[in-house]
Amino acid sequence: MPEMTFVDALRLTLEQEMQRDPSLMLIGEDIGRYGGIFGVTRGLLDQFGPKRVRSTPISESTIIGAALGAAMTGIRTVAELMYVDFTTCAMDQIVNQTAKMHYMSGGKLKVPLVIRTHEGGGRGNAAQHSQCLEAWFLHVPGLKVVLPSTPGDAKGLLTAAIRDDNPVLFIEHKLLYSTKGQVPEGEHVVPLGRAEIKRAGRDVTIVTISHTVLKALRAAARLAAEGIEAEVIDLRTLAPLDLGCVLDSVRRTNRVVIAHEACRRGGFGGELAAQIQEEAFDFLDAPIQRVGALDVPIPYSKPMEEYVIPDEEWIIAAAKRALGKK
Amino acid sequence: MASDAALIVAMYERMLVIRQFEEQAIALFERGHIRGNVHPCIGQEAVSVGVCANLRRDDYMTSTHRGHGNCLAKGADPKRMMAELLGRKTGYCKGKGGSMHIADFDGGNLGANGIVGGGFPIATGAGIGIQNRGTDQVVVCFFGDGAANQGTFHESLNLAALWKLPVLYVCENNQYALSTPLRESVGLPELSERARGYGIPGARVDGNDVLAVHAAAAEAVRRARAGEGPTLLDCLTYRFFGHFTGDKGHGITYRTKQEMEEWRNRCPIARLRRHLLGAAMATDAQLEKIETQAQALIAAAAQYGLDSPWPSPEEALEDVFA
Repeated sequence: MPEMTFVDALRLTLEQEMQRDPSLMLIGEDIGRYGGIFGVTRGLLDQFGPKRVRSTPISESTIIGAALGAAMTGIRTVAELMYVDFTTCAMDQIVNQTAKMHYMSGGKLKVPLVIRTHEGGGRGNAAQHSQCLEAWFLHVPGLKVVLPSTPGDAKGLLTAAIRDDNPVLFIEHKLLYSTKGQVPEGEHVVPLGRAEIKRAGRDVTIVTISHTVLKALRAAARLAAEGIEAEVIDLRTLAPLDLGCVLDSVRRTNRVVIAHEACRRGGFGGELAAQIQEEAFDFLDAPIQRVGALDVPIPYSKPMEEYVIPDEEWIIAAAKRALGKK
Repeated sequence: MASDAALIVAMYERMLVIRQFEEQAIALFERGHIRGNVHPCIGQEAVSVGVCANLRRDDYMTSTHRGHGNCLAKGADPKRMMAELLGRKTGYCKGKGGSMHIADFDGGNLGANGIVGGGFPIATGAGIGIQNRGTDQVVVCFFGDGAANQGTFHESLNLAALWKLPVLYVCENNQYALSTPLRESVGLPELSERARGYGIPGARVDGNDVLAVHAAAAEAVRRARAGEGPTLLDCLTYRFFGHFTGDKGHGITYRTKQEMEEWRNRCPIARLRRHLLGAAMATDAQLEKIETQAQALIAAAAQYGLDSPWPSPEEALEDVFA
């Protein structure tokens, strides 16, 4: 199995799927000659031409709405919004149009549309280019929400998202693009709605997603050195949610940490904590611990940014709280 | 200008069907059978009909909250539309959409829209789909003068012009965005002049003259089918009724009685009737027969809707995902 970067895994997947489906179209800002802000679409314009790799003016609403119109009329489409922060400019088209089209039409219209975007802080991009907004979309019935954490999952999940007949918000993390990992060759599909245990453990369950998976794994390694075996679950998709995987783990460890980079207030951790206590209250030996960014806009300056975004220290501390240790 | 009597009579018939449908919808709303809102397009029928008479069934259309006329002109079945307004299982959307979300994919109707300006990008994308498939279909994007001030108008017309997409952007300019007159919403009252800003053709059309609308749309459709790109049509018209069924005195709080009377005197249906008789394209008896048939068609549609079964409550959980 070859090793490659997250970016290369995404590009390879787009290329493979465009070869597989001769009508599959990409649309977004600077995705043509420039190859996308992080290079995910580099080379695809030359390979597939300007009708299938449509580089657009800065018109986020129309990028999404046009992708929707094309998808509804039979052109499977991957739209790219440069930053998840820019979904705000396209919110009507995502929330009122794309998410509801199948339902409002009584199931008649299908929307095979993937919206690729990326989120997250850590690079000094400040308040309008660093948010984690997945919970907004989780709140809208009709959208699937996917956040891969490894190059292999990026390929498997993007393949599944593209082949899905429903709108999928596919949220990458800017700090993952240069990470490397094993990526299966050829056909590789990771079904949406299946979490993965990225590290097994018996003492505490850490449920997480996207780039925070990497922090959770580092936290788990350090906890292990102290004799605490943490299980790390990568949800991979928030909608659909693999609650079964989480509950199985909780019933074994009886202690839970939910960690994400999004602001703690209103983050998906609150929703997941509610679902866990509804289904497995009797198995919990301690309050569920939530780790999330402090509830402030992401500041620019490095010491301040590092102060508000959770790192592995926060996860370690939360795990110890869950275990009643200092 | 259309001179084919059969075509003109057919347009007359369709306009009557729309008016009858709207009158019936208002009556059903007032009797408590229809929930939410109905936004009647009475007075504006010539725009829908004049444009759609140029379309094929496989052409696409996006519509608006005031979209019943658009849908009927595009060929929707009044029975299934009425059933949808009545929330029944037999409606176009199985009762999930209602008046503002009627979609008929088989008839090329990509959906009415509850968000003003929401249809611009969708229509534009349908144009991209056509271009990528290489067919000679076209898309009509109906919108109101209020929608012309949404950002999506600019984004979509710019993109369609840039890529020469086969889209007709047709403004049903009834001169009021709910209560706000066009003159209080734009610096440039002649909306068709905006077309120059995108490098596409634009025209102001008498939206109460179905023949003028038909002719303007015919040229725009020809251009679109030939791959020459989009056109902006600004069809000046007027809604006889209020913004929606609850609008006091048909909008008397923001329109003068005199203005409303003047426009009622410019009724597009009465005008076409005079034309048909004057040009001896039809006799009074023929037209009366068409009128009776339209009434019967809509009465039957209403009855079909009222007789149709309700969806079971738990059907609310279906169709979230394909």
